[in-house]
Parts: sequence; structure tokens; C-alpha cells
Amino acid sequence: MSAAPDIVFHASGLTKVYRMGDVEVQALRGVDLELRRGEFVVLLGPSGSGKSTLLNILGGLDVPSDGHVYYEDHDLTVADERALTLFRRDHVGFVFQFYNLIPSLSARENVAIVTEIARAPMTPERALELVGLAHRMDHFPAQLSGGEQQRIAIARAIAKRPSVLLCDEPTGALDSATGVKVLEALERINAETGTTTVVITHNADIASMAHRVLYLADGRIVREQTNATRKRAADLRW
Amino acid sequence: MRALHTKALRDLWHLRGPAIAIALVIAAGLANLVMSRATLESLSETRERFYRDYAFADVFAQARRVPEAVAERIREIDGVQALETRLVAGANLNVPGFDDPVRALMVSLADDGAPLLNRPYLRAGRMLAPGSEDEAVISEAFAEAHGFVPGDTLSATIYGRHRELRIVGIALSPEFVYQIQPGTVFPDFRRFAIVWMNRRALGAALDMDGAFNNVTLKLVARTRPEAVIEALDAVLSDYGGLGAYGREDQVSNRFLSEELRQLDTMARIFPTIFLGVAAFLLNVVISRLVGMQRDQIAILKAFGYSNRAIGLHYALLVSLIVAIGVVIGLLGGIRLGQWMAGVYQEFYRFPFLDFRMSAGVFALGVGVSLFAAFVGTAQAVLTAARLPPAEAMRPPAPERYRPALFERLGLARYLSQPTRMLLRQIERRPWKSLLTVVGLAFACAIMMIGRFQTDAIDYMIDVQFRIGQRNDLSADFTEGSGERAAHELRALPGVLHVESYRNVPVRLHAGHRSELNAIQGLRADSVLKRPVDRDLRRVPIPAQGLLLTDYLAGMLGVEVGDVIEIEVLEGRRRRVEAVVAAVVNEYLGVNAYMDLDALNRLLGDGERISGVLITADANAQSELYRMLERRPRVSGIGVRKLAIQNFYDTLGESLGVFTYVALILGGVINFGVVYNAARVSLSERGRDLASLRVLGFTRGEVAYVLIGELALLVLLSIPLGFLTGYMLSVYMAVSMQSELFRIPVLISAETYGFAALAMIGSTVLSAWIVQRRIAHLDLIGVLKTRE
Repeated sequence: MSAAPDIVFHASGLTKVYRMGDVEVQALRGVDLELRRGEFVVLLGPSGSGKSTLLNILGGLDVPSDGHVYYEDHDLTVADERALTLFRRDHVGFVFQFYNLIPSLSARENVAIVTEIARAPMTPERALELVGLAHRMDHFPAQLSGGEQQRIAIARAIAKRPSVLLCDEPTGALDSATGVKVLEALERINAETGTTTVVITHNADIASMAHRVLYLADGRIVREQTNATRKRAADLRW
Repeated sequence: MRALHTKALRDLWHLRGPAIAIALVIAAGLANLVMSRATLESLSETRERFYRDYAFADVFAQARRVPEAVAERIREIDGVQALETRLVAGANLNVPGFDDPVRALMVSLADDGAPLLNRPYLRAGRMLAPGSEDEAVISEAFAEAHGFVPGDTLSATIYGRHRELRIVGIALSPEFVYQIQPGTVFPDFRRFAIVWMNRRALGAALDMDGAFNNVTLKLVARTRPEAVIEALDAVLSDYGGLGAYGREDQVSNRFLSEELRQLDTMARIFPTIFLGVAAFLLNVVISRLVGMQRDQIAILKAFGYSNRAIGLHYALLVSLIVAIGVVIGLLGGIRLGQWMAGVYQEFYRFPFLDFRMSAGVFALGVGVSLFAAFVGTAQAVLTAARLPPAEAMRPPAPERYRPALFERLGLARYLSQPTRMLLRQIERRPWKSLLTVVGLAFACAIMMIGRFQTDAIDYMIDVQFRIGQRNDLSADFTEGSGERAAHELRALPGVLHVESYRNVPVRLHAGHRSELNAIQGLRADSVLKRPVDRDLRRVPIPAQGLLLTDYLAGMLGVEVGDVIEIEVLEGRRRRVEAVVAAVVNEYLGVNAYMDLDALNRLLGDGERISGVLITADANAQSELYRMLERRPRVSGIGVRKLAIQNFYDTLGESLGVFTYVALILGGVINFGVVYNAARVSLSERGRDLASLRVLGFTRGEVAYVLIGELALLVLLSIPLGFLTGYMLSVYMAVSMQSELFRIPVLISAETYGFAALAMIGSTVLSAWIVQRRIAHLDLIGVLKTRE
């Protein structure tokens, strides 16, 4: 199937069931979704609503139990492991709640580990500049604050110039003031590079900076809201 | 992928403690392998070259007296390419300033100075001048032991006649690479010499003009020696032939072959143990690392690193650890090999012994190390490579614990919470716990093996020289002596007791098997030579029939009650039958015993004796020795005290080194296992332990949970180690046994105690190192870290 030119992702009827220990978890129960180029989307929902599972499937980290998801013309649900790896390598940037930096590598090296395998990346230095951390380049994760670590993680995610930036609770482990700095970085990158950005959060305040907000509950999208006016990240408080 | 490589190097640095411990275990195994294999190859090649270049013969035979013309009949035997007739006889030497008896084997060389076979390799001086009467070439080891150089003189008593000999050369021979006195096991360079003289000169001394008493043959390639030996025996039977034998029964070559076989065994056992333990340690450490880096693997995959790249990343890390071990192991192995080659040169006299590390040994060493690493880590590396990224994002499902067996047995109320923690921890990972115990048991076993040889040799000496044979001196008589010769000695001052014996060369036949040996005729009431059984109870000399060393009975495939055929190789050369009356337990050599009177009756040549065993007043022994030396009928003298002393002089030092090396090797395994297990536990349970600290447990109490688990495993491993050590000793004893000697499996209480103490000591050391890490637990940090 072919999508409208400004549609980056198109998903239909996504379901996901996985086992964790002895427990069977029904994470998604039929999700339909479209994401447009340059859009800043917030996925809002309580714990266990299926936000992370949806994000992982969009990012090619996981495959749905049923349904289809297209990235541009490519059906990710029929892609094999190798194709998914290439998809992630070329198109997707991830930011996680716990930063997931590699502790044995410095800030610059944590970015370099991605730019080294990307097609047309910016330099690690440039990426760190974009998140305002050029001066902390040679520090190791253990020497950085939580907010700084998260901004390094963002620099790492955007350094490859991804088509889509997927952020799973990027401010979840941060206090409000630090969280705002991280959101400012995301806002700036979305505005300056036009990268489609999806942010998962259970913090309703963050929703006001999005173009569009999708509400998830119990594995389904239960509501969609388009913000006529967006708040600036700098004005957010929680 | 530079950043990924940087990560590998930093991870290695972070893991340096366990990595070094593992690398040391690999290094120990590899060093053993390289040392044994390279020494084995070097020795084998050197032997081949020496044998080939100096024309080591294929068949050897000794006879009483053979007219030279008979040589032509021997030459006609099918398959004989070359032959050399010569004279070989025992003699006594007198070394100025050295009071102990010195025996020599006199060997003639062709008068033209160019022997065809068994050519001596001249180390110093020159060969014998043609026609010289008083010139001698002596063996290098003996020359070194007494500082003889060409130009020195030596006095010898040959066939009861005194001769002054001038040393013109110092030499080595393929025939005497391992240079020992007939009937002994360890060389005694100060008290035994090989002396080469011109054939004519030696012939004159021995009254053997126009005759020979020894012949050696070179065979046409691919000739079976058995047929030639049979034909040669047939020719020599009229001339007092003592039975021909091939290379594999030639004493020096036989010992050398046994040594090579032992090296081969060593090259298998020890590297297998070490590399097995290394594989296990790598498995524990790398599995834990992959477990700890789940999130890192996930992020790398999320950003597009392929499974292959991740797999290779961890494989690289493993390879780096192996590489460190391989480098240390190779260097250590080469040094050990050179040291060992030096030791070998002391015992096995080659003109040259180039210790060489061949590409083959190198490849084998690297290959088996990598193989061990592969076996140990393949699963962990594959797990890392295959870890689905989305799953890696989620924390691992909580480990399943359940009440430990002790608790299920209703003993819970006797156990404190920390004790329950450590028991459950052991039980939750039964395989890991079991392999830890097995690894530690091997450490214990190796420490035991280091002392096992010392124990065994003490016991061998005890049985052989203190229980089985109790004389102070022995004297061999010239041929044809009767009981009167023994009687005369009883009158000498200081003599307490004299017992005569007779040695008769025979070939024993049982079915299709046969063995060249001697029957020793003993007095039924002998108190100086007392064969014993396995429980060291005296086995009386039976009035009829034979006593056989148990190993000889095994070689012949006979049991008590079976009949064997005796082919007597002297006198009237009768073939008679005798029943095996009993078997006796001996560790050195193999023997057959018979009642002296029965033996004389069997041979039908009257009352003959070959020599006597003597006990004497301790103060009178040296004087007695000098008197014996002057008696014409006495052709050789043995001193038991010297035999024992020599045994320890020869072996003591190398056994000490062996014990020490084994202690270190066992310590390396113990340290590798304990330290790694503690580090991994600490990493797995840092959170629990920090929680306990936060809850108010002291460092000591926390250390108990961590180290208590290991202490328990170490304690469990010690009895298993005793068993493993015992079985390893049995395996080594069985694989080393031959008719030359058997090592008894006897492990002293001291050795068990030593191994247990060494295990505990080594564990305490490892625990102390880890304990320091507990002291530095970052309480707040650990609690904040996400699992």
C-alpha cells in the first residue's frame, strides 16, 4: 500500500501479547495510527497502557503479534531481523527514560558509537552542541547529572539525522527543572531539523507542547487531540 | 566500530581482576601443554637424530664366549644389514679420593678406531689410538661427576686384574643415553661409568682373544626384529647366549621411551584440567557480563548494531582475555620447557638437546585455548547476539528463589536469615555451584599430586630397601663360584651375617608370551632378602615353584597355580616347567625367585652361587669394603646405604620443585575459582548486600552472606578433591607403570592435610581481596541503580 507523501508511519490493527515469567501480558489490543513528517506527537497514558510497546514496534525493536505497521513504503511486520536492524540504523533515534548510556564510554564516545555506523551523521561534537553539552564531551556518564545524561542520550539519538525520534519517558527520571531542559532540547531539534518526534509520557503537562496528543489506555488509543497553540517547553512546569 | 572496540577495552579494564585470574588459569594450562609437548618433541627429535647419526643398533645380544668365526653365521641371518662383535664386561674402578665402590661397564671398540654401530660421540679429547693398550674413553656424566679430563689416569680391576688406564677422550653414546647400572632405576654418575677400550686390549684383560661376548646388529629397513632375535638366539645358544633383545628392551632406550610416554600423559592431563576450569570461569564471568549489559546490548541494537556485531564484540572481549593467557602461557611454557630440557640433560645424556618450540606446538596451544574459550563462552556470546532488543529493554524477570533443601527438611528454624540467603543462592544455581565445587576439587587434587610422588617414592624406598632387602653390602662373585666363597667371607672382621644367592638368566614362556629375565635363587631361611605381598607380609620362598613379581605375572598372563616354562640361558640350557607358587609385590624392576636348592637341582650343575648379601657392623663397613675389593672371586660390590642416598640425591631436588610448582598451579585454580565466584556474586547481589548494610548489618555480617557461600563450597570441595586427587594418582600410577618400575598409590595423611590447608589458605587470600570490595560498597549508589 502507498501512503500520502507526508505520512511517515502508518499502523493498523496492532496487537501485542508477550509473556513475562509466568504471566501473559496483552499490551496492545488493536491500534490504528498515522504519524506525519515533522510532527511532534505526545503519547499519553498510565503505566501498562501499551505506550512503550507501541513505541518499540514503531522503532523496529519489537514486532506485533498481529496487524501491520508501515514506515513510508516498508512493511515492518514482514521485515526480518536484519532488515529491522538496518531500519533502526538508518532511520530511528531512541531516547529512553534511564538514558541507557554505556558507562564505559565518554559522552563523545557514546555518540560516536552511533555515528560510526550511520550513513550521513553529524559529528558527535555537533550533536552535543545541539543539546548544549559541548563542554562536557569527555566526561563519563558517572560524572554527569541525570539531566546531562539524558541530553547526551538525545545527542546520540539525533546525531545520525534520523527520520523519526522516539522518546520513552525522557523526563521520567528527572526533576521538573532538569526535565524542562531536556524537553527544550527535543523542541529545538524538532523545529530545527524537522525530525518527526514521538514522546511517551504519563505527565499530562508535557502534552501541551505537542502538535498532537494520543491518549492510550489498556492497549488502545482512546482519544486524540490536536493543539491549536503549542506551549513552549520553557514555560512548562510540573 | 572504534567506539565499540573502546568499549571492549574499557570492559576488559573494568574486569581486570577476573580477567587476570582467568588468564592465569589459561596460562598455567598452556604452559603445561607447551612445556610437555615441546619437550616431548625436542627429545624425540634429538633421540631420532642421535640414533641415526651414531648408528644405534637394532638388536643386542650378550653371550659367554663366542669364537669370532661365528660372526659369519650371524651375518647370514635374514634381515641383518650390519653387525659388530665386541666385548662387554663389568669392572671395578678406583677413583682417587673417592671411597665408595665404583662400577664400570667396559665396552670394546673396533681396533681400527671406527666402530660401525653404537658410535660414541666424542665430547672432549680424542678417540682411542689404533693398537693402544692402556687408553680409555670414558662417559661424560662420570667424567663430570669426578672432574676427569683427558690426560688423567684411572685404575681399574678387570676380571680380577689390576690395570692403569689413561683417559684420552670423553664421550656419549646412543646406547647409554640413560646411563644406569644394570638392575637399578636411577642413574648414579659418581658410582657408575662406561669405559671404552680397544678390542685387543680389553680382549687381553678378559682372556677373550679371538672371541667376543657381545654382538649388536643393524637390520635391513622394515625387518621384523622378532625373527632375527630368534635366529640369533639359535646361533648363540651353543656359546652361552643370554638371550637377544631388540631396541624396545634395550635399557637406555626403554627408559627414554617410558619418559616420553609420561610426558605425553602429562601433556594431556594437566592442560585438560586447567583449560576446563578456564572454560568454566569464562562462562561464569561472561554470562554475568552479558546479563549486566542487557540494557547496553539493547541500546546498541536499537541504534542499528547487528546481532553479528554484538556477538563479535563479546567474542573480542573473550579473545583478549584468552590472548593475555596465551602470551603468559607461551612465555611461561617456553621457560619451563627450557628448564625441563636442562633437567633432562642431567639425566639423559645427548650430545645436544635443542629445546625447540615448533609451529605445531604453538598452533596446538593457541588452538586448545581458543577451543576452551569457545566452549565456555559460546552460549553467553550467542545469548548476547540474539537478545531481542525490546526484551532487553525490560528488566529481566525476577530470579526464582525458593526455600533451600535444608529449610524444606524443616531445619529452617536453626538457620539465620543470612544463612538462608546463602543456602538458597547455592541451590538456585545448582550447576554453577556444582562446577565451582568441581573446579575447586581439581585445585585440591593438583596440590595433592605435587606431593603424591614424594609420598610414593618414600614408600617405594621403604618397601624395596628397608623391608624387602635388608643387607648392608652385596658382593657378586665370578662365574663358577660355590658355597665355599660365601663361607670364607663369614670370617672377615665386622661381618654379622652372610647369605648366598644365585642369579640365572632365563627366558620365561607362558603360552605365546615370553619375557627375558633372571631367576634369583634364595635360601628358604633368607632374612636379608624377603619378598613381600601387597600388605607387606613376608611371602616365604616355597620349596617348589616360583615367586613372581605381580607385574611380571601380569606380563606373562599367569596366575598362582599356572605352569610356566623356563628356558635356562646358561649351562646345559635346559627347558623345564615350574608352577607359579605365589606373587610378590615389588615396585622396582620385575623378578622371579626360587629356592636356591630347588634352582640348583633344576639346573643340574651342582651347588653354585652368584654372590652374597652381607650385614656388617656399621663401623666396619668401609674396611670390609676394601677387603672385599681385594678378593679375586669378588667381581662387584654393592652398598645399600649408597643406593638409597643416591636415589634421594638424584630425585630429591626435582621432586621439591615439582611439589612447589603443583602448589602454585593448584593455587592459581583455587584463586581463579574463588575470586571469580566472589566477584560475580558481589556483582549479582551488590544490591541485596547494600540493602543489608542500609538495614544495619555490619560489614562482617554482609561478608558472611557473600563469603560464607564460597567457604561452604570450598569445604564441600575438599573431600571431593581428596577423591579426585586419589583417582588422578591412580591414573598417573597406572599410566606410568612398566616393568622398570611401578609407582604405588599411597597418599600420606600429611599430603591430605597439606592440600586441605593450602585450599583454605588460598581461599582466605582470595576472600580477603574481595572483602575489601565489600568495604567499599556504595550504599546509596547501589540502591539507586536500576536493575
